[in-house]
Amino acid sequence: MPIDQIAQYCFSGITVGSIYAIVAIGFNIIYNTTGVINFAQGEFVILGAMTAISLAAWMPLAIAIGLAVLITALIGGLVELIFIRRVKRPTVLRLIIITIGVSILLRETMLHVWDEKVHALPFFTGTEVSSVTLLGAHTSPQVLWVLGACALIVAGLSLFFKFTAPGRAMRACAANRTAAQLCGIKVRWMVTASFMLSAGVGALAGCVTSPVTQTQYDMGAPLAIKGFTVAILGGLGNSVAAVAAGLLLGLLEAFSISLFPLAYQDVVAIVVLLAVLCFRPSGLFGRRDAHVSGEF
Amino acid sequence: MKCTLWFRVAAVASVLGAGGPGGAAWAAEEKAEPTPGSIKVGCIFSVTGPAAYLGAPEKKTAEMLVEKINAAGGVLGRKIQLIVKDSEGSPERATSFAHQLIEEESVLAIIGPSTSGESLAIKNICQEGKTILLSCAAAEKITDPVAPYVFKSAPKDSYAAQWIYRTMKELGIKRIGILASNDGFGLAGRDQLVKYAPQNEIEIAASEVYDKATTDLTGALNKLQGQNVQAVVNWSIVPAQALVAKNMRQLGFDVPLFQSHGFANIQYVRAGGAAANGTIFPAGRLLIADLLPDNHPQKKLLMEYKKDYEARYHEDASNFGGHAYDALTILTAAIRNAGSTDREKVRDAIEKLQGFVGTAGIFNFSKEDHNGLDMTSFEMLTVKDGKFTFYKRN
Repeated sequence: MPIDQIAQYCFSGITVGSIYAIVAIGFNIIYNTTGVINFAQGEFVILGAMTAISLAAWMPLAIAIGLAVLITALIGGLVELIFIRRVKRPTVLRLIIITIGVSILLRETMLHVWDEKVHALPFFTGTEVSSVTLLGAHTSPQVLWVLGACALIVAGLSLFFKFTAPGRAMRACAANRTAAQLCGIKVRWMVTASFMLSAGVGALAGCVTSPVTQTQYDMGAPLAIKGFTVAILGGLGNSVAAVAAGLLLGLLEAFSISLFPLAYQDVVAIVVLLAVLCFRPSGLFGRRDAHVSGEF
Repeated sequence: MKCTLWFRVAAVASVLGAGGPGGAAWAAEEKAEPTPGSIKVGCIFSVTGPAAYLGAPEKKTAEMLVEKINAAGGVLGRKIQLIVKDSEGSPERATSFAHQLIEEESVLAIIGPSTSGESLAIKNICQEGKTILLSCAAAEKITDPVAPYVFKSAPKDSYAAQWIYRTMKELGIKRIGILASNDGFGLAGRDQLVKYAPQNEIEIAASEVYDKATTDLTGALNKLQGQNVQAVVNWSIVPAQALVAKNMRQLGFDVPLFQSHGFANIQYVRAGGAAANGTIFPAGRLLIADLLPDNHPQKKLLMEYKKDYEARYHEDASNFGGHAYDALTILTAAIRNAGSTDREKVRDAIEKLQGFVGTAGIFNFSKEDHNGLDMTSFEMLTVKDGKFTFYKRN
């Protein structure tokens, strides 16, 4: 295979992988505070992009995206307040089923509020036809925005969880709920905050990827499956691992195209998911004891 | 055991993800009020879901047209009653709706389904139930072999494939790569391209099938680029049509992009933006109706349909809505000609329709031809400055 074709596959893989990674990070934020996988995460991504597309008709792009992230975060908070908080006997499985219900609800609502058509945000820099050359590979300038956003989100979240009071409080809830409560941390509100944060992160991901991947009301579910695969592959709860796992899966998928027909691309992801669940349920980078925090 | 828990979650999630949640049945459950003496016509359209591009305009068109027909006194003095079902593009749902419409509602005819996969799934059900099926989908197999009760109003995909090859010959293109969506439309189209390639001296260097929900095709295009193809043909009805155009530009993959008649929807051009310019594709004449000469037999009908549709729904009319328009007008013309709503007589009357002007072309039905359209139903079009226009040969 010629070298620039290899470079091109790498770029495809990294692009797709970083999108998976951002979705996986959304999963991780909520998992860290509640032990629950939020299957409505994919819908948050689409909701954010759809909102931004509508707002962009009225205001500059940057403000529209900012507002869309804010609105989606608020809706994420509302989802927690209305559906999660009120559950009488919250078990992990029950909550997960609720999030699947929420994802269907959000999807159908989006179909009614918007429509069944495909939409896209304008490119941040350049247009649909611009192409930049990097290391022999051609790509859209928007892809660089996606990679940049991914790096920014990971760095921002790491700093947030390490050095800020609310971030530490969220981690405390994850480590030991009762102790956190005894320290005066309002655990309930931390859960709400984690839903808002992950919805906001999802919305931002939706906005930066929308110009290249396009946005349609029902695109959330496939995204969520891939994001879930990546979250499991990296080890639940670990955002840096999610990035590594996302890139790994993206690259695997991209290079699988060079060997197998494109139709088998998803098979790669599912085989990886099954193999990890069978042989290393804590993920590639997770500690063996990392998955025991799942009581709500 | 956490391990098994995640297993269960993954299983539930993948079932939901793959099958699509059953929550979108909202459009389907319009309860059919029995109107005495009305003619019942069933519709199975994918109003929502991945093929909503087809189903939504079809449903809107059918409803608009039936209102118009009923306001003008109906057919044979009887009103038409539409029963619209939303199949969400799923052959399984289309099958159960077909049974429901035939066995419970005893409809005279079924219009739709929107997609080829669904149409093929219910072809035999309608034939066995002796209920007229007027499919709005493209695949050849719907009317070949002919089933006496099964007709279709959309032009065959083999015509589209031949138009594409004809244009390639003029451009001196010999080596191509094919992309197709993994659904009935895409696979049937790819088969036609493969079938007609040898006689047009075209070599298919690579052929890839992608998932209809795909969001990135740079990998597949990279593979085609590695094969040094002179043109790319993409055959699908999904939003990936705009994605292909964008991804090609993004990769600097500078060869002509041909698409199927599925591209004949201005929304894809908008979604593709500047990248959609230059796409070459065969399509019916609705999109360029205003560019047709005044004496063209279809001009009046096309302009009228376009005006009515756009005034009522505030969105651009598409060929797909036109297929539902044709199906309904063919049916009502046949009922009038037969002078009865006896299924057998109406069926015979459809076979006798000659020179019938529709949105897709001029229909000439016969016992052997249940599509009635020929090569002239397509024009080669292209996109220039975000607008459809005739493709001018160099």
